[in-house]
Order: sequence, then structure tokens, then C-alpha cells
Amino acid sequence: MNIAAAVNENFANYSNYLIRSAMFVYALAFLAHLAEWVFGGRSRIAVQSAALVAEGAEGGDTGAADQKAQQVTVKTAGGGTVTLERPAVVTRASASDRGIADGPGAAGEDEQGDMYGRIAVSFTVLAWLLHAAGVVFRAASVQRAPWGNMYEFSTTFGAVAVGTYLLLLVLRKNVRWIGLFLTTSVLLDLGLATSVLYTNSEQLVPALHSYWLWIHVSCAIISGAIFYLAAVGTLLFLFRDHYEVAVTAGRASNGRWGDIMRRLPSAASLDKFAYRMNALVFPLWTFTIIAGAIWAQAAWGRYWGWDPKETWAFITWVAYACYLHARATAGWKGRKAAYLALIAFACFLFNYYGVNIFVSGKHSYAGV
Amino acid sequence: MSITEKTERDDLGAAGAQLSTAPADTLAEAPGLGVLGWLRWMWRQLTSMRVALILLFLLSLAAIPGSLIPQHNDQLKVDAFRAEHTTVSPIYDRLGLFHVYSSPWFAAIYILLFVSLAGCIVPRSWQFVGQLRSRPPAAPRNLTRLPAYSTWRTGSSPEQVAEAARRALRGRRFRTSVAGTSVAAEKGYLREFGNLLFHVSLFGLLIAFALTSLEKAEGGKLVVEGDGFVNNLTQYDDFSGGTLYGADDLQPFGFHLDSFDSKYATSGPEKGTALLFRANIHYYSGTDDAKSTKGEISVNHPLSIGGEKVYLISHGYAPVVTITDGKGNKTQSIVPFLPQDTALTSIGVIKAPDGVGKDGTPEQLGFRGTFTPTFAVDNVRGPHSTFPTLQNPALILNAWYGDLGMNQPAAQNVYQLDTTHLKQFTDAQGDPLSAALRPGQTMQLPDGAGSLRFDGIKTWASFTISHQSGNEGALISGVGAILGLLGSLFIQRRRIWVRALPAPGGGSVVEVGGLGRSESARIADEIGDVAVQLLPDAPVAPDTPDTPDTAGAPEEPEHAENPAATDDETDDEGARA
Ligand code: HEM
Repeated sequence: MNIAAAVNENFANYSNYLIRSAMFVYALAFLAHLAEWVFGGRSRIAVQSAALVAEGAEGGDTGAADQKAQQVTVKTAGGGTVTLERPAVVTRASASDRGIADGPGAAGEDEQGDMYGRIAVSFTVLAWLLHAAGVVFRAASVQRAPWGNMYEFSTTFGAVAVGTYLLLLVLRKNVRWIGLFLTTSVLLDLGLATSVLYTNSEQLVPALHSYWLWIHVSCAIISGAIFYLAAVGTLLFLFRDHYEVAVTAGRASNGRWGDIMRRLPSAASLDKFAYRMNALVFPLWTFTIIAGAIWAQAAWGRYWGWDPKETWAFITWVAYACYLHARATAGWKGRKAAYLALIAFACFLFNYYGVNIFVSGKHSYAGV
Repeated sequence: MSITEKTERDDLGAAGAQLSTAPADTLAEAPGLGVLGWLRWMWRQLTSMRVALILLFLLSLAAIPGSLIPQHNDQLKVDAFRAEHTTVSPIYDRLGLFHVYSSPWFAAIYILLFVSLAGCIVPRSWQFVGQLRSRPPAAPRNLTRLPAYSTWRTGSSPEQVAEAARRALRGRRFRTSVAGTSVAAEKGYLREFGNLLFHVSLFGLLIAFALTSLEKAEGGKLVVEGDGFVNNLTQYDDFSGGTLYGADDLQPFGFHLDSFDSKYATSGPEKGTALLFRANIHYYSGTDDAKSTKGEISVNHPLSIGGEKVYLISHGYAPVVTITDGKGNKTQSIVPFLPQDTALTSIGVIKAPDGVGKDGTPEQLGFRGTFTPTFAVDNVRGPHSTFPTLQNPALILNAWYGDLGMNQPAAQNVYQLDTTHLKQFTDAQGDPLSAALRPGQTMQLPDGAGSLRFDGIKTWASFTISHQSGNEGALISGVGAILGLLGSLFIQRRRIWVRALPAPGGGSVVEVGGLGRSESARIADEIGDVAVQLLPDAPVAPDTPDTPDTAGAPEEPEHAENPAATDDETDDEGARA
């Protein structure tokens, strides 16, 4: 049994320094991303959206022909190898895909912009290392998982969101477009955490002493962070979709807004990104709720009691189920499904902040 | 968008159909004639994806009010809310907003949803079994219309290519079916299975929920250290049985509370936060308390005795007092006080129903007040506790005399003092008499009406004894739901067709096409991989034009007349020989 005296003040202080340094470096990353977008905008005059229109009109039908002729090495029976040409695979754009290609990314066609983008990513990596170390020191200072109160939730949440983004970058996924939005929101998240939600390193009330806490809360944080990335994707999808409709109708603006939109991935790609993220964590979120129910059974003698926190977890779950259904229902795909995804994420956020602050229930002993 | 898609699928004919068992959208259809027609129409609406979607949305909306308005399982909060909001409360009452999750309208939504689910799952399961028993559908007439395809000319014969394709696809664990020189293959049936498993598991969850609420019985008991509990209806402070489990079904067992341990943070902003609660007990099953076992119950660690579970819920202090009445009769009692905050400022009532006045007539005495384990007083909060352990205990009381009203038929709340027939003792100035006692001190009542001595303090703990079932069912269904979801979301159901047709002039034209359940780039990669796997048996004839425009059109004359192609084929034959 750790008692309060065991709390290592030093570690708690290191953690605070690390989180503050991380915020500073995230701010640099944010500025670098901003520069990336600004410099990327320089090339906009050169690129006419007319080109997109032409591509779009044709893309819907014959498809963005994707020629994949590559050299392939095949072993022969005799032990030697022969080099064969891989037959080309032609893909046709699907009906829900306008055939509009992905934008070039925040940096546009500008080299300087691209350099700033790379700098931003480097800063993000550094900031994330500091951030993750901050979380680890916090855990060390209390000798438990750092998820006992909202300050700890928020810092871990941000670390997981950025970590996931960096992992996607490492996997060579095209996600750098999300960088500016992500650094902005992580700064907000950490700012809120360190100013409003800050709680000193302390021990947990007895109801939180359970290894189901580790499982339940860590899954909730991971789910939330990935739902968040999906929500950003969804929001940008809605904007980009709007833009593409305008482009296909030949009335897209060439102004600053249109230029920003032009550089984003296509609506189809954004939609796919959002769906993949949501679909990826939906089973995890389901598991989170079940783990919570098992914990509730052990702590309070019932696995489900319609406590406000439980209720909102359920509402969030049903809302995401709604979204997944919408995507499989003709007439609901696309924008309508996207709105449902945003509503579902709003439910998650409310459960995370709103219920802790406005509604009292059995879960409200975590020092806000 | 949906129209294009529909026509696209139509183009593919049977090949594109039934890649999922999702019901078709039928909203546009007009109801047939007569009552039966209408019923059928309504049933189709109810079991359509669109209505399922709407019902799901309604379910999440309907769950909201119950999280914001106090619910009947916390009656104290409901009462407080009613007292505070006198205008809306009657409306809330009528709408059932104080018990949302057992209200008829909430039930209506989820029952409709589950009817819809049943109406959806049963036909889908049959359809799926049918799909499993039949072969993958034959290739569409025009493979070039598939979302991903590849084609090339080879010197090998169509039969060789088809056989190679069958082997390759089987090797990739596709189900295959060969017709002539075309191979149809399908994979990823687990997706559909997972989806069905998930939805069936939801049913399992609902049933487990119902069982739990029908058979759940729960009772509460407050036990002072040194006392015990026997599982018997008369011993409970409160008990609510389930429809299928009542007071007669209680299992015999008992336990004895030896002591209670608690530890709190002593510094920092969360000072006073509990670190440990533990009830040290002796328990026994059956009726023989001689054969008891030592045990402990703490939060998160209930004690399981003979199928029943005992949970530690809360704890507090019970002052021990000795009351002397006007005649000099002494009675000692141990009176649990109820905590009001985390520092365990507690309130309670002490009653002396057998009191006799100086003159020998019955005169009951009543006391009401506050117990503070660590006493402090200020202008705002009055006497209160600043820390939950016994650092500076004090008992602050006012006193009454007269009729406690205890001989009414209705049982009286032991934590409340009914002052309607009581008079409050006053001091010399006429103010209400009050005293703040430390252990050992005595409160003298005026005019020889008696006294109250604060002897000491005991700890109490309260327990919930609960009987449950349906837990395993819920857990199994939950696990089933997750496994089903994994299958449903992460497995791609897809079809690949390979067709080899004799090319005019010898050799053959190989076509490989694929169709996925959803638009995914992966199907194109897979087609490429299959094509590569076919290459040793069906090498590309060099110089074959394989632009999309001419590919897959072997009947085009220019191919036939291409002398180069013929030459290559001969080469290939030679190489293989
Ligand atoms: C009890 C409430 C329900 C919940 C929580 C629920 C949840 C889900 C979820 C999360 C999925 C996503 C899996 C995927 O995308 O493959 C799904 C798919 C599906 N659901 Fe439900 N569902 C419910 C009721 C229903 C009902 C009433 C129907 C019948 C109309 C239905 C029909 C389907 C179908 C056909 C799919 C597969 C869609 C596809 O092919 O991708 N569901 N459901």
C-alpha cells in the first residue's frame, strides 16, 4: 500500500517541467506548420482548379487509371531467377469517389513550404518525446498508472493522439495534412490541463485500486485519441467535400480558402481515413465499456447501473454504431454519415469533460 | 451517387450481388393492397437499415435525460430535485423522467429496435447459410467493368491458366469454383459471420440484462464493529427482491464485523482522500456461527458466501452514549451517525423511548446533532469535521422531551426526529439548549430532567448483500460482440475471377478481375499478387499491348493479326519444353 508520503515530489516536478517544455516545442511545431501552409499557398496561382475539373469529369467514369507495371522477380524451378514484368492492374474509381486526386498537402508545390513541414514534424517528434516522458514521470511519481484525474487523462490523451499520428507517419501513410490541426488541439488540450484541470500528484481513492482501472481507462484514452483523429478527418472531409462539389460544378473559388482546400487530400481519401480510424477503435471502445462493466461489478455489485458516465459511454457507443450503419445504408453515406460521426465524437467529449464537471455520479471522485 | 452504384452493380449481375446480406432499401416501394399488404410493408420498413438507423439514433437520444435528471434509484436526490423544481417535477413525473430506463417510451424504442434486429438477422442468417452452400458466383460477362482488373496475353493454353489460377487462389484460401476455363473465387465469409455473431450477441446481452433485473435481489445492512449480521429478512435495513428471487430464497449465512480499517491522505490538496477501507470479519455459511472463517471485505473486493456477494459500501462513526432519565434509570446505546461529507461530518438522532420523568410519568427524550471526528467550527458551516479520522472527536447536540411519536403503526426512520409532539430544552437565556461534548463529558438537562454522557465512539460499516444472475451471460455476449465486430470490421469479403480464353493464333488471353465488399485499394494489390503468382504458368507474351483500351478484347482483329504475338508464343512453348 502506497501512502501519500511515498509520492515522489521530485518526479512530479520533472513531469511538470517536461509537459511545459513539450508545450513550448509543440508551439514551435505549430508555427512551422503555419509556415508550411503559408508558403504552400504561394504556388496557388500556378495551379488552376480548372485542371481539377477536367480530371474530375473524366475520373468519375474511366477512373484514375493506376498502372502498376513493376519488375517482379520470380524463382524458377531450376533455382535461378527470372525477371518478369508484373501485369498492370487497372482500377476504376468507385461511384462514391469523384475521381478527384488528393491535393498535394499543406506545402503545396512549394519547396520551402515542404521544408517547413519537415521541420514541423521534427519538432512534433521532439515535443512528443518530452510529452511522453512527462507522462511517464507523472506515473513514476505516484507509482501507478497516470490516469487518476482529469489532468492526467488529458495529458495522456494528447500523448496518445500525437503518438498515433507519428506512428501513421512512420508507416508512410499520407497524414501530414493533419499536423497543423493536431498541434493546435494538443496545445489547447495541454493548456487546459495545466491551467484549469491541474491536480497535484496524489493517490487514488480505494474504488480506483483495481487492475481493471488500467485496462478500462487506458482503452478509453486510446479510443478517445483515435476517435479524435477521425473527427478531425471527418470535419475536413465535410469542408473538402463542399469544395469538390463546387469544383465539379465549376464554381470553386480560387481564393485563400479554395487554395487551402485544394491542398487537402480528396474527400474520398479523407472519408476513408476517418472511417478507418473509427472502425479501428469501435471494437476497442466496445471493450472499454465491457471492461468498465466488469470493474463496476467488482466495485459496486452491478455491472450496469445507468450512472451518468456509463450512460454517456453507452450513448457514445450507440452513436458510433449509428455512424457505421449509416455508412452501410444507401442514401446515408457521405455527408450525413459524417455528421453522425461528429455527433458521436461530441458525445465522447461530453462524457470526458461535461459529465465530470456538470453531472455528479459515482465516477466523480477523481478530483474533477 | 446511389443510383450510379446501383446501375454499376446491375451491370455485374449475379457476380456483384450478395456480397453482403444487408437488406435492400425498400422505402421507395409503395404498400401493397389490403391489410396484409400494409402489414408486409410496415414489417419491411421496420426491418430496413434506414429504420434501424433511426431507432439507434433515437435510443441514444432517449438515454440522455436519465443522465441529467436524478433517477429513482437515488431517491434522496429525486426528493431534493422535486422540492427544488416544483413546476417541472409534475411534468417530469408524468413523462417518467425520474425512471427513464424503466419507462415505457424507453422500452418502446429498444423493443422496436430488437424486433427490427430479429427481423433483420433471421433472414440474413438464412441467406448467409445459402451463400455458404452455393458456389462463388460465375464471372461477369465483362471483367473490365470490375473495380480492379488485369489482363495479358500468354502462350499457355487456357486450360493450363485456369488450373494454375485455381491452385493459386486455393493457396490463398479462397473458395473456388471452375467452369470451363474460368475460375470464380471468394474469400472473407468470416466478415458476414462476424457481423451476424455481433448482432446475435446483442440479443444475448438484452436477455442477460433482463435476467439480471428479474432475479437481482439486494439488501443493505449497517453493522457496528463488534456486531454481526445474519442473512434473514428481519436483519436487513432495506431489501428489494427481484421478481424471481424474494425474501424466502435468502441463503443462510452470517458474518461478524471485528474491526474496520481506514487510511487517508494526510497532506496535499487531496488531504482526507481515502486510501484504504477494509472491514475485518469472521463469516460462516449455514446457521452455525461456531465454524467461522476469518476474512476481509474491501472496496472492489466483495466477499462471496454461498452464491451471495457482500460488498462494502460505506462507513462512519457511531457515538456510544449513556442516557439517564429524570428517575435516574440509565440506558446505554450505540447510535450510528450518517456521514455528510468526505471529512465524515455526520448527523444523527439519539432516542430514549423508555424515559421516565421526575414525577414518574413517561417522558421520552430525543437528541439531534452532529458528530465530528476532527472538530472545527466556523461562521459559515457551523460545527464540522476537517479530517475523517478521530483526531479531535466531538458530539454536538440539541435536546427535546415529550412524545417521540414512536407508537404509530408506520415504522419510524431511526435517523430522523419527529418534533411535532416534542418540546425543545432551552437554556437560562431561553435559547435552544446545546452542548459540544468530548468523550467522557456529560450534557445535563435542565430541571433534573436527566443527562446524556458521551462514553466513546465505535466505527460502523455498511454492506450490500446482493444476489445476481445473468452476469456470465452478459460477459459471454459481450465477448461474442467484440469478436463479431473484429470479424465484421477487419475482414474484407471479396471475389476474384480469372478467365482464360483462347487467343486467336494460339495461347490465351488471361483476365483477372476483383470485387470487394467495400471500395478498397487492397483488392487491386491482391489482383496484382494473383497475377504475379500466375506468371510462371502464364508468362506474359512480350510486346503484347496491354493498355486498358485493348485489353480484355481478344476478339479484336489487330491482336489476331499480330505476328509478334504468335512468335512469342512459340518461344514460350520452347522454353517450357
Ligand atoms: C441493436 C442495435 C444495433 C447495433 C448496436 C448495431 C451495430 C452495428 C454495427 C456496429 C455495425 C458495423 C459493422 C460493420 O460495419 O460491418 C453493424 C452492421 C450492420 N447492421 Fe447493425 N446494429 C444494430 C441493429 C441492427 C438492425 C436492427 C439491423 C437490421 C436492419 C442491422 C443490420 C446491420 C447490417 C446489415 C450491417 C452490416 C452492414 C454492412 O454490410 O457493412 N443492425 N451494426
